[in-house]
Amino acid sequence: MRLALRLNPLALIGRAFFGILSTIGRLALFMAESVTHCVRPPFFPMLVARQVIEIGYYSLPVVGLTGIFAGMVLALQSYTGFSRFAAESAIPNVVAISMTRELGPVFAGLMVAGRVGAAMAAEIGTMRVTEQIDALRTLSTNPFKYLVVPRLLAGLISLPILVLVADIVGIMGGYLVAVYKLDFNADAYINNTIDFLEPLDVGSGLVKAAVFGLLIALMGCYHGFHSKGGARGVGTATTNAVVSGAILVLIFNYIITEAFFSR
Amino acid sequence: MNEPTPSPAQKPQKISCRGITKSFGAKRVLAGVDLDIAEGESMVVIGGSGTGKSVTIKCILGLLKHDTGSIKVDGVEVSNLGARERERINTKFGMLFQGGALFDSLPVWENVAFGLMHAQKMKRRLAREKAIEKLAMVGLGADVGRLFPAELSGGMQKRVSLARAIATEPEVIFFDEPTTGLDPIMADVINNLIFETTRKLGATTLSITHDMASVRKIADKVAMIHGGKIIWCGSIKEIDRSGNPFVEQFIHGRADGPIQMQVRRL
Ligand SMILES: Nc1ncnc2c1ncn2[C@@H]1O[C@H](COP(=O)(O)OP(=O)(O)OP(=O)(O)O)[C@@H](O)[C@H]1O
Ligand SMILES: [Mg+2]
Repeated sequence: MRLALRLNPLALIGRAFFGILSTIGRLALFMAESVTHCVRPPFFPMLVARQVIEIGYYSLPVVGLTGIFAGMVLALQSYTGFSRFAAESAIPNVVAISMTRELGPVFAGLMVAGRVGAAMAAEIGTMRVTEQIDALRTLSTNPFKYLVVPRLLAGLISLPILVLVADIVGIMGGYLVAVYKLDFNADAYINNTIDFLEPLDVGSGLVKAAVFGLLIALMGCYHGFHSKGGARGVGTATTNAVVSGAILVLIFNYIITEAFFSR
Repeated sequence: MNEPTPSPAQKPQKISCRGITKSFGAKRVLAGVDLDIAEGESMVVIGGSGTGKSVTIKCILGLLKHDTGSIKVDGVEVSNLGARERERINTKFGMLFQGGALFDSLPVWENVAFGLMHAQKMKRRLAREKAIEKLAMVGLGADVGRLFPAELSGGMQKRVSLARAIATEPEVIFFDEPTTGLDPIMADVINNLIFETTRKLGATTLSITHDMASVRKIADKVAMIHGGKIIWCGSIKEIDRSGNPFVEQFIHGRADGPIQMQVRRL
């Protein structure tokens, strides 16, 4: 293609538009195919379990660390702000609600998108370019059932558990800073947290988590599955999986928040 | 175009390809491949590098979708099968990939036992015993079974891949360059193994190789592919008096002849 044509802004917009449309189409087909394989035997429960360990268990340290520091900084920041209005007593409440509704799911989602989305895209992408996916098919095993479905289910199962951990650890981080640094009363802090926290706060966070888990796994599998052209293609697939996973987490975070809390 | 070959004594065709074409973008790789393989026959496809030998096999296996033409397995058209029928047809097939394509997340024995456990639903213990038996056939001990593919040498990977291809005792086995990268002695062992699997199990095989020693050992029939077509096909006995200048050049490995390699002379 000639350079002038390639840089033509209209052509650029058109190409991006059609690129996005065809990607959405392919994603929808990929998703539909995965879902039909979710409900048709054979099933691979052992593979789901292995992926839950891979996604859930091994992400605990990262998610725990981000959770605790998020909770700590939340307490510290809201103290510096709220003390101006003598509203320090709202801090336990602010920490708990922010953690469970927003920061827990979003931070866990972003960390997992980086850690797990990349690993999935790299693994499946390598299997694609080294013909292992072709080999699966010649051995009469459907790659969707064997590779994609276990990862999607594991994402759906693991992320809510991770987010629950992040919530608890985050609130604990807030507590530690409030009690040991800002001289709050320990009992009052805990009572305040428990009294104000509603099931919907935690519940909406867990719904977000399940959706994020599915999206992250979907991005990892999709980009891995469609990678081509050796090591470089796998590298591109990995980057795309992480970037699109993270962006989708933020977009769907807004959509779900809107669905739950706007009235 | 599709009428059966006249001679009535002939065995039924296991695989029959008519006019397969396949292009990648503007590049036409297959330009009408016709290939018949009778039941129990060992067909060897020879031809220069990049002439579409691997692509032909992948079209037959349904891994690549050919553009036009017909492919029949046991007389049944398989060109436009749904995923499930394709899976069922593929249980008849075994494939040794040119690059091995071993599952690097599984130990060697599970690679070999994969088809037994998943397609044939064999119990893990039994499948493991079978796998170790097959590994022994390709000259690898039970201790190798516990290693992972990345811990093997290239030649060992090739042999594991061969063991995986024959483990389910399929009706049709495809070998894409089974002896490339092996030492001459092991190459001969593998040739014997292929020869025996064909004769003992009655399997039909389609092999690709560049190695003429291998061709002479395992082939019943030889087909030569050039320019996207089968330009010569005949029994192994006729290969030395094919009268075809392309075949002559290939089997004697001469740089001069009708096949011109795309290289620049110094
Ligand atoms: N997935 C693909 N995308 C684009 N082009 C391809 C693809 N697969 C194969 N080709 C092209 O098709 C041609 C034939 O490839 P093929 O792998 O069949 O060669 P071959 O005959 O097996 O050669 P060799 O003996 O070196 O293995 C090559 O020129 C290759 O560039
Ligand atoms: Mg090849």
